[in-house]
Amino acid sequence: METTHTTLMKEKLLELYHKEQEAIRGNATPMVNRIRQHAFSRFRDNGFPSIKQESWRFTDLTPLLNTEFVFDFSNQSRSMDVDKIFTCDVYDLDTFSITLLNGWFVYKHAPLTRLSNGTIIGSLAKAMEVYPDLVDQYIGKAVKTEQYRMAALNTAFLQDGLFIYVPEGVNVDKPVQLINIVNAENPVFLQPRHLIIADKGAKLTLVHCDHSLTHKVSFTNTLMEVYAEENATVDHYKIQNKGRNSALVTNSFFHQKKGSRLQSNIITLNGGFTKNIVDVSIDGTNCNSEHYGLYLVDSNQHVDNQLNINHLKAKSHSNQLYKGILDDEATAVFSGKVLVSRHAQQTEAHQNNNNILLTDDAKANTQPHLEIYADDVKCSHGATVGQLDPEAMFYMRSRGLCERTARQMMMIAFASEVVQKISIEALQKRIHSMVEKRLRGELTICEQCVLHCNSKEPTTFNIDLSKL
Amino acid sequence: MSDKNNQILEEIGGSDYKYGFYTDIEMDQAPPGLTEDTVRFISAKKNEPDFMLAFRLRAFRHWKTLKEPDWAHVEYPPINYQDLIYYSAPRKRPKYDSLDEVDPELLETFEKLGIPLDEQKMLAGVAVDAVMDSVSVGSTFKKTLAEHGIIFCSFSEALQKHPGLIKKHMGTVVPYTDNYFAALNSAVFSDGSFAYIPKGVKCPLELSTYFRINAAKTGQFERTLIVAEEGSYVSYMEGCTAPIRDENQLHAAIVEIIAHKDAEVKYSTVQNWWPGDKEGKGGVYNFVTKRGICEGDNAKISWTQVETGSAITWKYPSLILKGNNSTGEFYSVAVTNNRQQADTGTKMIHLGKNTKSTIISKGISGGRSNNSYRGLVKTGRKAENARNFSQCDSLLLGDQCGAHTFPYIDVGNRSSIVEHEATTSKISEDQLFYCLQRGIDMEGAIGLIVNGYAKEVLSKLPMEFAVEAQKLLSVNLEGSVG
Repeated sequence: METTHTTLMKEKLLELYHKEQEAIRGNATPMVNRIRQHAFSRFRDNGFPSIKQESWRFTDLTPLLNTEFVFDFSNQSRSMDVDKIFTCDVYDLDTFSITLLNGWFVYKHAPLTRLSNGTIIGSLAKAMEVYPDLVDQYIGKAVKTEQYRMAALNTAFLQDGLFIYVPEGVNVDKPVQLINIVNAENPVFLQPRHLIIADKGAKLTLVHCDHSLTHKVSFTNTLMEVYAEENATVDHYKIQNKGRNSALVTNSFFHQKKGSRLQSNIITLNGGFTKNIVDVSIDGTNCNSEHYGLYLVDSNQHVDNQLNINHLKAKSHSNQLYKGILDDEATAVFSGKVLVSRHAQQTEAHQNNNNILLTDDAKANTQPHLEIYADDVKCSHGATVGQLDPEAMFYMRSRGLCERTARQMMMIAFASEVVQKISIEALQKRIHSMVEKRLRGELTICEQCVLHCNSKEPTTFNIDLSKL
Repeated sequence: MSDKNNQILEEIGGSDYKYGFYTDIEMDQAPPGLTEDTVRFISAKKNEPDFMLAFRLRAFRHWKTLKEPDWAHVEYPPINYQDLIYYSAPRKRPKYDSLDEVDPELLETFEKLGIPLDEQKMLAGVAVDAVMDSVSVGSTFKKTLAEHGIIFCSFSEALQKHPGLIKKHMGTVVPYTDNYFAALNSAVFSDGSFAYIPKGVKCPLELSTYFRINAAKTGQFERTLIVAEEGSYVSYMEGCTAPIRDENQLHAAIVEIIAHKDAEVKYSTVQNWWPGDKEGKGGVYNFVTKRGICEGDNAKISWTQVETGSAITWKYPSLILKGNNSTGEFYSVAVTNNRQQADTGTKMIHLGKNTKSTIISKGISGGRSNNSYRGLVKTGRKAENARNFSQCDSLLLGDQCGAHTFPYIDVGNRSSIVEHEATTSKISEDQLFYCLQRGIDMEGAIGLIVNGYAKEVLSKLPMEFAVEAQKLLSVNLEGSVG
């Protein structure tokens, strides 16, 4: 019964792929279409992930696919004035902001901007027309469509998304903010695709926000590939704050060259169903790869973070720290894997996952795995699932704090270890106060929508308050 | 220094298997192949009650519907199950009044292994139920045990004498539907051991069984069942050595332990099957299902294992902590060398309130071997205040080997605390340096450090076993110095 949903969905997608081929191919380069065709065959052969797969054991897609989704293979939103419906409310956050509405690039400015320092920011669809060589050189290189079925699906249908190229030695001083908005009357199935390239010695900070403005059912399968060339620095912040009826699968592929530095933060504040897949190939010596995550989930939300860190070359350093607080019937999965290959001597890799369960109905599954083939390494991993430390609680109570306040303080302290890693001060402050409010249970719907709510026209939100 | 290191590691890899010899005894074998007829043949040969045959056939039919699992981190050529011999028993089945009547060759085998069958060794206080190619040939200390009402005999004997007990308990912890190899074992198991400790009895002896694979091309499928009634205590030891054979031998055993209220079972094992030669040729495939259940409140089961042999080890001694306040422990040292592969660990399933479990696993890999820890800690919705602590360390002794850790933690209530920590590293240069500057040579230093590293687990073994275990570590790691 359940498997039929996935089969039907797969068949629908196969059919759409052939029917809409012209629209999907668009102005993509021949190279992109070759990659697309290859990924399509993978999807045709393997289909959707199933719970029989190790990495999807606790995360079942089938119930989510039982919806008549609407697909959109051409850009309907190019001329929309997004500012009317959405404004980022992180005060003092000075960014170069890009908006994607329902997976399509919104032409707020030009589709593709070339800054004075040579940085190119804009729509991927446009970049394929204007800079085909640059796109061809990178696109799909780090994406393992064999291993990741959702990545194969995204690649088969890749059309538009964000494109950034930072030339050699350029430091993009303003963070680039990508806002992914889902706002549709009908249940939509979206597959945005982003390509980020930081050339030698370049520096880039990317803030990536996922929002839904309606409580309609939606399914997003997004893929981002990031290439950090020699000595490049990339900071990536992902803030997920989606409606309860939305399903979000994010595939992030990072490819690091010699001496590059990467920091990735994934903060999941809300979302009905969230699966984050992070795959990092450390393909150079002396790299640094830091991965932080925080998930605060309640009701029947489900969040699954899957991290694969592949140390392919020697002398690199990687660190994972994922923390979560689970309330009500929420479930969380963490599956981290560090692979140290034969040649990656003198690797230092650490991995940590801590969970706090607030109720008996919440569930945490954690699998911190190490696979090591080199001997001169320092690797450690740890995982804990538990409650707040009773001794710390006693200490605070003995100082005259009531239990409620003490609990909140401890939870905030627990979460802030991750929040502190955010290097953009304005964003850090904002996230910190969001987390605080979230943990106090004070978030109203407007505030829950994280970064907007400068109260433009509330009617456009179309939110059913009774559901909250 | 690394040159010296390599040289030593090579020497260690070169150390020969000291327990490799082969005894020529006439065998009574089932023809190769696996059909319902084979299952019936085994059952008939052993003159089993009807329920046993029915159980075997159910298991066999289920096995046919299964596919061999491939998720473990091991590689081996496909096994042709039709090519194996599923039953082999020494042809002479004498009833011994004294040791003089025992086949002298067999006695010699035991002597080489140091099994204490004779008078002098009886003083060591060990009752031995030796299984040689599936059928029990000798038992001692029966009298002392009988005085306490303890049953300790071969599985076949138990089937004849205590069919009720077997029928009641067999397959309750590891059902034949559990996994591929459990189904296979349930269908064709040849013999094994059965221990029953009545209510309130503290077993005065360490129960010990030595297993030994002997004839070529014989799969050994033992089945062990230990039942500890309310308030009883038993310490059970199992040890294995195997002779050098070129062909891979399949070993798919089942061990079931049932501990009732306030009972305690301590299960220790030293496994040293033939690991194959330096190129990974030959060696035993050790695919074992071991599981215990703390059925009643305050029950306790502990597994201690030293795994040094086998070409492939695939085993997860598990515990179901069903009774409230029950305790589970798992201590393991797994050593792999040359081309050995080990995928081992444990499962702790917490169901009762205030249940506690401890996991200490030490992996040591050298040569071109792969050593994985794979473990599950699961606490159910009702397992209030469940507590687990896991520590899995890996030590790498060369740049061609692999050490992997695959823990799974599933927590289903808010009052449980589950902690897991693991480290992977090579032998500390500082420790080596310290030993060297005290005048200990490199080889001695490595042996010393490795033994110290494993000590936490070795100290959990019963005295008699601890000595053997240390020797085995020496054989495996210290090479010629041994």
